[in-house]
Parts: sequence; structure tokens; C-alpha cells
Amino acid sequence: MKLLPFEKPLAELYDKIEQLRKLSEEGNIDLSGEILKIEQRAEKLRLEIYKNLNPSQIVQIARHPNRPDSGSLIRLIFDTFIELHGDRLFADDPAIVGGVGTLGAARVVIVGHQKGHDTKENIFRNFGMPNPDGYRKALRLMQMAERFRMPIITFIDTPGAYPGLEAEERGQAEAIARNLREMAGFSVPIISFVIGEGGSGGALGIGVANKLYMLENAVYSVISPEGCASILFRDAKKADVAANAMKITAPEIVKLGVADGIIPEPLGGGHHDWKAVAFEIERAITSDLDIFKSKAESEIKQQRYDKFRKMGVFVS
Amino acid sequence: MSIIDWFAKKEKNISSAERLNIPGDVWVKCTSCSEILFQKDLDSHCKVCSKCGFHFRISPAERIRYIFDHESFVEYDSNVGPVDFLGFFDTESYSDRIRKAQQKFDRNDAIVSGVGSIGSVPVNASIMDFFYMGGSMGSVVGEKITRTIERSIDDLKPVVVFTSSGGARMQEGIMSLMQMAKTSAALERLAEKRVPYISVLCDPTTGGTSASFAILGDVNIAEPGALISFAGPRVIEQTIRQKLPKGFQRAEFLLKHGMVDMVVDRRQLRETLQTLLQALNPHGVLAK
Repeated sequence: MKLLPFEKPLAELYDKIEQLRKLSEEGNIDLSGEILKIEQRAEKLRLEIYKNLNPSQIVQIARHPNRPDSGSLIRLIFDTFIELHGDRLFADDPAIVGGVGTLGAARVVIVGHQKGHDTKENIFRNFGMPNPDGYRKALRLMQMAERFRMPIITFIDTPGAYPGLEAEERGQAEAIARNLREMAGFSVPIISFVIGEGGSGGALGIGVANKLYMLENAVYSVISPEGCASILFRDAKKADVAANAMKITAPEIVKLGVADGIIPEPLGGGHHDWKAVAFEIERAITSDLDIFKSKAESEIKQQRYDKFRKMGVFVS
Repeated sequence: MSIIDWFAKKEKNISSAERLNIPGDVWVKCTSCSEILFQKDLDSHCKVCSKCGFHFRISPAERIRYIFDHESFVEYDSNVGPVDFLGFFDTESYSDRIRKAQQKFDRNDAIVSGVGSIGSVPVNASIMDFFYMGGSMGSVVGEKITRTIERSIDDLKPVVVFTSSGGARMQEGIMSLMQMAKTSAALERLAEKRVPYISVLCDPTTGGTSASFAILGDVNIAEPGALISFAGPRVIEQTIRQKLPKGFQRAEFLLKHGMVDMVVDRRQLRETLQTLLQALNPHGVLAK
């Protein structure tokens, strides 16, 4: 698995342990005392590193190539899932997946950004950066959910909407804006999870939710740290400073009142155990759907409106 | 280069403002064609170059003067002001940026809202100001747009918004992103009430502003030559690694691709708005 730069010291210790083990087997020498000492040191370091992650390290975990993706999580969480394709207007955008599923007695529509885990997959998925067609597919599916009274679950994981020539021609701005307006009007509940990168308008385009959760190592920001650094700090290398300044981590987003809760991840990040991540998300969905079941349609719509209406900090 | 081009170029050089050394408040050089224009004439043409039709970027005060009926505009929500709630610091602190901009413009933020009439049709309106921190949308811009829409939900007057904005205000982090959802949600409610909303997209309208209320008009009008885009041209060039075609993401390009209804010269904008507002508004009364 890909090692992140800040994990190198830890990896070195693990290498050392491995070497000593080999040495002890080959030379038939008892090194268990040494090994135990290093193992203890490694464990201490592991806790030290992962319990004190800074925002730019969290960004790296959020972008880890083995981070659980929407498609995989959907299959781990839901009892059944059938993927549906296409926006009925122009194309089927592989950067957004969606379909219908069931979870216990609940019928739901699921939509999520889809990243890949290697270069080939990522090229096919456009690195999780949707074109307008993706947002229009998402809208079509969500409108179907509204029609058939199905709660909507969305998984957010994108660096942003694709900044491409054709994307602009086909109305990237319009596709996102329309989703914001239409999602605000639905009377079925919408529950969203930022599972990795919540990149700007491209994330919000499927994120106007009644309840928003952040995975512990997910980030949500108005612009990528690199983008912010190159515009405001005039130096793309200051991405770590920008990541810190913009307050993009799960606890910070919760504190600002934008997210409602944090989904715990295994120590070191969700890529170490996809099933554990899926289990925690499933728990949140089940408990929320239970609460929304007893709410009237008008109440659900009103609650979502009030949630976003409150957002903003100003004096008057 | 042909000899004709050479002469044409030479002529252009001679008419440049630097050489003439003229006082800036009486004469203005057109940004586009370099024609020297008399400030008063330019003002009477709604700050449109009489030679090439170039639309200068204008302040909310000028826009009110050109579009609204004389002295009909009454500002509201001017007390809503920004806060540096993240303690944001890039090359300078956000608090300092706010303080400087407020001093310079004698206004709280990058937007003016109010009620006024256009050709005797009363409307609630918000006007963005690109000169104030790039017209960036933070909590104040989002809140004031939303309040304008909410006023119309109550009094059923049509909404007109003039956009001019580089996008979300990074110094307010995720909160500025949320303004996109807040304003769009308000527009959803406005549509339920059957109150028309006209969006006038002015140069430039990009990023989060374009991907929310700016593009959601029942009628979208663009000013000639206005840059209207989700991603900026520079970002796109870096992504696709090729030069963008001429006129890409300009108002006329958006018209061709079906994203705006019309491109209207600022000198005809008032009349166009009046006609549209009268035709669209189910709550209004048609003048005979």
C-alpha cells in the first residue's frame, strides 16, 4: 500500500523489525528482546503520528489511492444495489455513480462521486471530477427518488467539478446550480457523507442534504489547498498553510455547523479497513432513516431549508 | 506584417493616452480599442465605448443610475457586514482586507441591495461590485442575496440581480461555499411563489457565483463580452494543456451554447428589463 510521506519513520521501524526477524530465523539467534523493544517504539510512534495529524496530512489520507470509494462502499453497505446510467441528455458520466438500493426495509436512491484506485481506473473515472452530465444524471436519479418517495443517500468524493472545455460548453455552472436549487425542494430526506475529498461546488452539487457527515479523515473546502495557495498566497507550494487556514477538517467543519457529525475511521485512515468504514456509515444511515420516517414531508423540506438558511457569519 | 498593418499600428500608438498626457478625470481611454473618450459622454452612454461597444465594469451606484428610475432606488440591508471568523491570514489578514475595502468604498461588502423601479415596474434588486475584493461571495453577499429573494417571496415583486464576481470568498472557507446552497434554496421557494427572477450576468461572473444564483434566472441576460464561466480560462488551459478558442466563455459563447437567453447592450438594458418584467410578472399590472 502507498506510504504517505509522514508515515516514513514508522515504515522504517517496521522494516527494521522485519530485518531482525529474518536475521534471527536465518542465524538462529534469539532477538525477541530487541524486536519487542522496537515494536513498542513503533506502536508509540504510530499513535503519536495518527493522533496528531495536521490538516495537510489529513488531505493526504483523504486522497490516498486505496481510500474506500463510493462504489465499493455502496456494495458493502446496502443489501441490494442496481446501478443506473446516463443523464438522458448527452452521456453517462463515469465520475458519478448512482442507482437504487435497499437497506433492511428501506428503499433508497444512492448517488456518489467515483474515483479510481489506479491510473487506468482514474482515467476512466476522470479522477472523480464530473462533467455536467454527471450532475444531470444525479439530478435525474434524485428526481426519481422524490417521485417514488425514496430517501437519497449521497457520497461526496471529488477534487472538484471538471474544469474542461466541453464541461463549460455544456454548462457546468448551470448543472451544479440547478442541483442546488432542486435538492433544496425535495421532500424526501437527503443524507450525505463526505468520504474523501469534498472539493468545492463539485462536491456541493450532490450535497444539499438534511444531514451531512464527514468521515474522520475527509476534508471539505471551498477550493483545493493548492488552488487557494496559488491565488491568495501566490505560491502553490504553500498548500499546507492554506489547508490550515481554510479550516477543512472534519472537526472544523462540524464546529462551523456545516456538518452534523463525524464517522470514525480505523487508526491511520479508512484505507486500512473498508468494511469498518462501511459498517459505521451503515449505522448512521439506519439510525437517521429511522428518525426521518416519522417526519412529515413538509417538515423534512423545512428542516433542510432552515439548515442552509442559517449558514453564514456576519454582523448586522 | 503588411505596410497597411504597419500604418494601422502606428496610428494606434499615436492615439495612446500616455502620449497625450491627459487628466484622467476628464478623458478615459477605452480598455478595448484605446479610443480616447470624454468622461461625460461615456457616462451618458452607460459606460459603453461609443466606438467599439466595449462595456466598462461599473460600480453599483452607476448601475443604479443607468438602470433604475430616477431616485426610485432605496437601499436596504446596508448594515450587514463581514466578520473574519476564521482568523484568516494569507499575505495579509482578512480583517485588514475588510477594513481597507470598507474605507475605500464606504460600504460594508461587495453588494448593494434595495427596492426600486425599472420603467415603473417595482423590483427587489441586488447589485454586486467587482471592484470590492473581486466581488467575492462570502456570508454577507449570500445573506443579502437571500434576503432580497425573501423580500420578494413576501411582497411578490420580481427579483433582479446584477452579478459581477470572481466567485466564492476563500477567506471565509467552507462558509462561502454554503452561500451557493443558501441562495439557490431561496430561489426554489421564490419559484414556488411564481415570482419571476431575472439574472443579469456582468463581467465577470465566475466560480461559485456562476454555479448558483447567477445562472438560475427565469431569464438570464448577459452583458456583451462578459466573461461567464465555472472554471477560469487559466485553470482550463492548465488542465487540458491547449490554448482556448477566441471568445471562449464570453457572453456570446454562452448564448450560442444555450446558457443565457440574450446578450443585451447596457444602453438597451433598462428597456429590455422593463418589457420582460411586465410580461413575466403574474402579480403585476400591465401599464396601458
